[in-house]
Amino acid sequence: MKTFAELNFPGRLIAVEGLDGSGKSTQIYLLKRWLEAEGIKVYFSEWNSSELVKSATSKGKKRELLTPTTFSLIHATDFADRYERHLLPLLRAGYIVLCDRYVFTAFARDVTRGCTPDWVRGLYGFAAQPDLTLFFKADLEVSLNRILEGRPKLKFFEAGMDLRLSTDPYESFKLFQGRILEQYMSMSGEFNFVVMNANQNVEKQQVLVRKLVGEKIDLKKFKRKTPLPLPPALQGDAVVKEIEEDMAAV
Amino acid sequence: MKNSEPKKCRKFFGLGIPRVKLEELEGKLIVVEGSDGSGRSSQIAQLVDWLETSGHPTVQVGLKRSTLVSKELEEAQQGNILSRTTLSLFYATDFADQLENIILPALKAGFIVLADRYIYTLMARDLARGMDEKWLKNLYGIALVPDAVFYLSVEPEELVQRNLSKSATLDYWESGMDLGLSRDMFDSFLKYQTTIAEVFQKLQKHYNFEIVDANRSIHSVAKELRKKIGALLEEK
Repeated sequence: MKTFAELNFPGRLIAVEGLDGSGKSTQIYLLKRWLEAEGIKVYFSEWNSSELVKSATSKGKKRELLTPTTFSLIHATDFADRYERHLLPLLRAGYIVLCDRYVFTAFARDVTRGCTPDWVRGLYGFAAQPDLTLFFKADLEVSLNRILEGRPKLKFFEAGMDLRLSTDPYESFKLFQGRILEQYMSMSGEFNFVVMNANQNVEKQQVLVRKLVGEKIDLKKFKRKTPLPLPPALQGDAVVKEIEEDMAAV
Repeated sequence: MKNSEPKKCRKFFGLGIPRVKLEELEGKLIVVEGSDGSGRSSQIAQLVDWLETSGHPTVQVGLKRSTLVSKELEEAQQGNILSRTTLSLFYATDFADQLENIILPALKAGFIVLADRYIYTLMARDLARGMDEKWLKNLYGIALVPDAVFYLSVEPEELVQRNLSKSATLDYWESGMDLGLSRDMFDSFLKYQTTIAEVFQKLQKHYNFEIVDANRSIHSVAKELRKKIGALLEEK
């Protein structure tokens, strides 16, 4: 697997991976805010967010129609859609693309569900490797608590109930997450994961995330040539007045 | 009594579906392939009649018939956001859903499964769109090798006539309009169907299925299919 830099893309891709409740989404959100404030061209993409398969996925999940194979295929379709229609064009245009979960989520999760490892990897054979993959590793208990405290009702597939590990959703979820974590750790070296201590406090982690990104990527190359205009509310009264006058003139 | 003849071995094309016990799949999987207008549906309807009257339980599957994604796939095909990769993966999802929920359970129950097209059409379409062959082979490595495959071959010129007499129009995807072969739908249809026929010929060498000349009457094609399927059923 080659990185986007090795494939001579002008843009760079940063992915975060980790268990539910590892805090990865908070970290990538704060990273995005920083990059935006620096005037850098940045785009954020989330796992399982494409409109193309949304209705099929939600139907499949709600009615518990999904098998490990179709679960895997439907997520691959989602990924391919985002990859070809958003990620690739943006990377060609020199963006920094931030991905909340990447193909490694499928490698870990689908294999835990019972798909053949080589088959899943083959499905995602079209995807290049991120230029930086941050893996947020919290103690299993810590991530479990974060999820289980905040949201008492676990969904069927989220809890890995389809694996029939336990009839109790909480017990099932714990076993399922534990197995996913094992899968993640076994591929960590192969895909150059930078393992973050996700037990640490959020601010400290973010300082490190920004440092790592700054070291890996020459950020000034990704600045917008013309800064994005601020919304009128932030531009001061004079500017607002000017806009109003222009509009009145039309 | 000694059973000297080894049972015909069931196989997946590739890595297969995990935890399926192949030896339990006692039914027969029969595939009828061919373009729209090749007479597939009529032939399958006749086969079902014939098989059921002879006392064989049958089940039918086909493209875009899954509970999971058939509606969503149809909707996506009406728009302009499908790429060749997402088109391929969408159809693969539709196929896998039917494979696991209909084909495998039916075979286990000893049914004859009639598939109105199978992975060959899906692969041919994707190959015509330039998808990577190795990638496709891995993707469809989940599929079960059928007991028999019949490809109803019709000349593109004849296909165009049959399609137009049936619906007075040509289907966007069956004309390969997304490939930009020609702005003219008629030309595009002929070019695309010629390409598909060529791909099928290549696949035939590799997958060894029977090409049936379907330029003939429905009746004579049906007779040939019955003869071949009859022989297959006696093998047991």
